[in-house]
Amino acid sequence: MLMSSPKVTLLSGNEAVAQGAYEAGVVYASAYPGTPSTEILETLCKFRDDVIAEWAPNEKVAFESALGASIAGGRALAAMKMVGVNVAADPLFSAAYSGVNGGLVLVSADDPGLHSSQNEQDNRHYAPFMKIPMLEPSDSQESKDMMKAAFDISENFDTPVLFRMTTRICHSKSLVHLGKRQEGPRRLCPLNLTKFDVVPALARRHRVRLEARLKRLAEYSETCEFNRIEWNGPKIGIVTSGIAYQYAREVFADTASYLKLGFTHPLPVRLIRDFASKVEVLYVVEELDPYLEDFIRQQGITCIGKEKIPRIFELDPAIVARALLGREPETIRADMSPVVPRPPVLCAGCPHRGFFYELGKLARRRSVVISGDIGCYTLGGNEPLKALDLCICMGAGPSMAHGAQKVFNKFGDGTRVVATIGDSTFFHTGIASLMNAVYNKSNTITCILDNRITGMTGQQDNPGSGTTLQGESTPPIDIEAVVRALGVRHVRVISPMDLTHVQETLTWAFDLDEASVIIVRWPCVLKKLDREERDEYTHKAKFMTVVEEHCSGCRMCLNVGCPAVSFDRATGKARIDPNACNGCSVCAQVCKWSAVVNGDSANA
Amino acid sequence: MRETTSLFLVGVGGQGTVLVTAILSKGLVAAGYDVKMAEVHGMSQRGGSVSTQVRYGDAVYSPIVGRGGADALVAFETMEALRWIEYLKPGGKVIVNDFRIASAPILMGQRDYPDNVLDILKACADTTVIEASDIAVEIGNPRVMNLVLFGALVESAALSAIDWEPVIRSSVKPAFLEMNLAAFRAGRNAVSPGEPERPARKTPRKKIVKESK
Repeated sequence: MLMSSPKVTLLSGNEAVAQGAYEAGVVYASAYPGTPSTEILETLCKFRDDVIAEWAPNEKVAFESALGASIAGGRALAAMKMVGVNVAADPLFSAAYSGVNGGLVLVSADDPGLHSSQNEQDNRHYAPFMKIPMLEPSDSQESKDMMKAAFDISENFDTPVLFRMTTRICHSKSLVHLGKRQEGPRRLCPLNLTKFDVVPALARRHRVRLEARLKRLAEYSETCEFNRIEWNGPKIGIVTSGIAYQYAREVFADTASYLKLGFTHPLPVRLIRDFASKVEVLYVVEELDPYLEDFIRQQGITCIGKEKIPRIFELDPAIVARALLGREPETIRADMSPVVPRPPVLCAGCPHRGFFYELGKLARRRSVVISGDIGCYTLGGNEPLKALDLCICMGAGPSMAHGAQKVFNKFGDGTRVVATIGDSTFFHTGIASLMNAVYNKSNTITCILDNRITGMTGQQDNPGSGTTLQGESTPPIDIEAVVRALGVRHVRVISPMDLTHVQETLTWAFDLDEASVIIVRWPCVLKKLDREERDEYTHKAKFMTVVEEHCSGCRMCLNVGCPAVSFDRATGKARIDPNACNGCSVCAQVCKWSAVVNGDSANA
Repeated sequence: MRETTSLFLVGVGGQGTVLVTAILSKGLVAAGYDVKMAEVHGMSQRGGSVSTQVRYGDAVYSPIVGRGGADALVAFETMEALRWIEYLKPGGKVIVNDFRIASAPILMGQRDYPDNVLDILKACADTTVIEASDIAVEIGNPRVMNLVLFGALVESAALSAIDWEPVIRSSVKPAFLEMNLAAFRAGRNAVSPGEPERPARKTPRKKIVKESK
């Protein structure tokens, strides 16, 4: 029986990973925020006396910084969402060759079901691809225990370790026994620097060493405490890992035996073969790709897996039960037709709204392609703003825009390409994309939506915000100066709260035949402003209101897509919820009847 | 052996479902249960539909249930109850806030907010309707609607033997404590009116086993 005590507490997987790293004596951690990984660093940064915790501008930089910390002899961690590993893959592959000094762990937080992501990649494949060991926890306690073990494995085998989580592990809470911090071994002397110089001659030697290391890791996998059998008789055997273990356990309880794998690269061949030989039927229960299943089949072992279990989207116990037991869940049948969709929307007062409203208007009049990026502003593509066509990955907005613009120009098509990118995304990989547009003489229009914070993941500081993760003030990077230094000759900084000015500025940019940048600056409506920002960014009104006798019912104000503005079909008039409205006045500026006014003055 | 009980909380981003889930989990842990809870962050928070789950018992494996898996569905917003109804077990309970938040297509006048949601719910499940918004406004702050619903959940899900007030005390800002406690008590009374305040019990286990059957 687990009893609550000061030493046992409910933690999310992300919090448990941070706790485990702390207990393991981690001294340096770096990340770029990304759902579902963000809370790892947000938790680690609280151990400020012991751990240096930082936001990096992107995942590659985060991992490289962690590698540097490891080289210097500290235990180090880098955390990112799964697509971030693509960005960090370059140094990762080479770090697998060089090995580490202090223990080095990379957390990859995958997002089955695409709750907050642009794809559903299964990052377990990176472990064999990079030839590094992998751990997969299945709850918060394991997240903590395995994180501690990961640092030991990293040092004992001289390799970075891939720590693979998924949304349901990251964001589920379960009970965790807390422990004390141990100081990680510091191996400052002698510094083995030569092994980190992976020039071809040395890399060839590393290459040979790498295969030998994999053999030793495979042996370790056979007896590793995280690969264990739960024996409940020979009728059904289930090989499983990660969250899928919990689903299988929920469905089959004690009616099946389990080979629960936590150390999943290299996989334990003998253990799997032994388990398979003792059971009458072998299921492989795993989320996303047949990672375990393909390996098991390669060993010539017969099993049932993806022929029954979906290979896309998240699993849950009901899906596993239906797939393997043919058990259709009993559900309540109701008429669902009245349910209206509830898509996420830009917040009331969001600074992106006014900009996208004007851009969308312009895009409907001219031939324009809008090349977006990753962030809240992807919501600018939804009804009614409809001002975003493309979104592929971080930093791709300005670079896709460049390529597209070049081809449109070559065809004499006349189409103009506008890139939109956030401040954090600009720092992430957007700078190089913009550099390309300047260097290769594009005439794209790049709009940097500078809301002074990283918004979508929940208000993380970035190089432009003037504050570090651990709350220290730091010189903010001046986006305008960076843009000018890249060689952009046409730069304007505007407020998105003045729609006429937004429109004029866009027209100005469209008339140019060189690359231009519009910095659209206003802080995120959710950001806690300091005094200076409060002075600079205030609205005249606390909230807006509709003067009913002036409202014609034309619904123009609904075209800004604000959740505070609605249309009352009974009265035929627009309404503004004073509790939701923050007085940005964008709706008032689109009203042709001057029916939307400052709420305070209306009351006076 | 206490069977695992699964609670499914749904609402709209910003309604305070996360705070209720936190209080609920904390109290269940203090009462000696194994507890798992699941929530989703990120994109879904921007005014979208949100759901969290809390599961408790002697040993809980999965942090989530699939369709037809929840013993009770608590909806902080009316239409959300119907959106998630297929996650409720046949015979499970619905606690629904009679409170509407228009979604984007409704705000834009493309769709009407459905008028018949409560009738549909009542026809297909054991449904308790709570006027949490009115109650919260009476108490003095519409934002404590979430604690009203929590009070209603505690009565409906047979969790009243746990002493919740210390848990609430440790979970909300002191300035808002009294208001939250008042909301919690009002929510309980809305479900079980007239019953005297129950004394807190330290070891509630047996009691819960009986009631949750």
